Amino acid sequence: MKTTLSALLLACLLPLAAQADSGNKYGGENRGKPVMPATANKLWQQECGSCHIAYPPGLLPAPSWTRIMGSLDKHFGEDASLSPAENKEITAFLVNNPSNRWSASTAPLRISESRWFKSKHDEREIAPEVWKRPSVKSQANCGACHGGAADGDFNERRIRIPR
Amino acid sequence: MKEILIALAMLTTLPAVAAESPLLSDLRAAARQENPSFKEFSAARGESFYNAKQGDIGCTSCHTASPKNAGKHAKTGKEILPLAPSVNAERFTDAAKVEKWFKRNCNEVLQRACTAQEKGDFIAYVQSVK
Repeated sequence: MKTTLSALLLACLLPLAAQADSGNKYGGENRGKPVMPATANKLWQQECGSCHIAYPPGLLPAPSWTRIMGSLDKHFGEDASLSPAENKEITAFLVNNPSNRWSASTAPLRISESRWFKSKHDEREIAPEVWKRPSVKSQANCGACHGGAADGDFNERRIRIPR
Repeated sequence: MKEILIALAMLTTLPAVAAESPLLSDLRAAARQENPSFKEFSAARGESFYNAKQGDIGCTSCHTASPKNAGKHAKTGKEILPLAPSVNAERFTDAAKVEKWFKRNCNEVLQRACTAQEKGDFIAYVQSVK
């Protein structure tokens, strides 16, 4: 009887223990951290959102943002240069709210290079044909399927893949 | 009497001068610096500049055949609001924004900075499209 009680007690406590442990579960990553901080920087929204959606800062690690902001005159083949003051303000916002999901020491430039992006969008999930649709265009076009992408909303329940 | 008449004439022409965006007067001064024989911006020259292609890209690649239309970023597909102030009053009101986009787009299309005359001609054309 005593052992059954202990076992029961343990079973009840285990989920708690697992929860308390979750901070270390993914090697220190906080997977519950939203990709968008509570207050978004206005200049970031305006400037980074003029040619594409303003990608939320939590989608890339800090070294990536530093690299991107340091080469805006050659931004994926285009000149997206800003004034030094604008650049400084936006860089600060990005590197202060980065992803902590990446453990790679490299500074990748594309969100789609990450392992979690690839696993979420692999061939079983998204057929290769989907990416080629004119309504989708490329992996950079988050908003094609994630209607709330510009607000940092990537909730699976709100995905709508266009025809 | 003559002085009064001149003063009156000046007063009536003043609003017309004030209506021009300070952007254009700054560009005109810069154009004179670049070329002492420069006279005035030309909407006609601006129109040919707008429609010109460098290889397969030009202004129309993103801004469409008419500055009155909403455009689309050639690569991302993101909407670009119309350039013509006749349909989008906010255009050419913010000098820093205008310079930022001339810098980017001239580099993109011409692989060089645009001259003050090219910029002024471009604005003269886009403003003339009603």
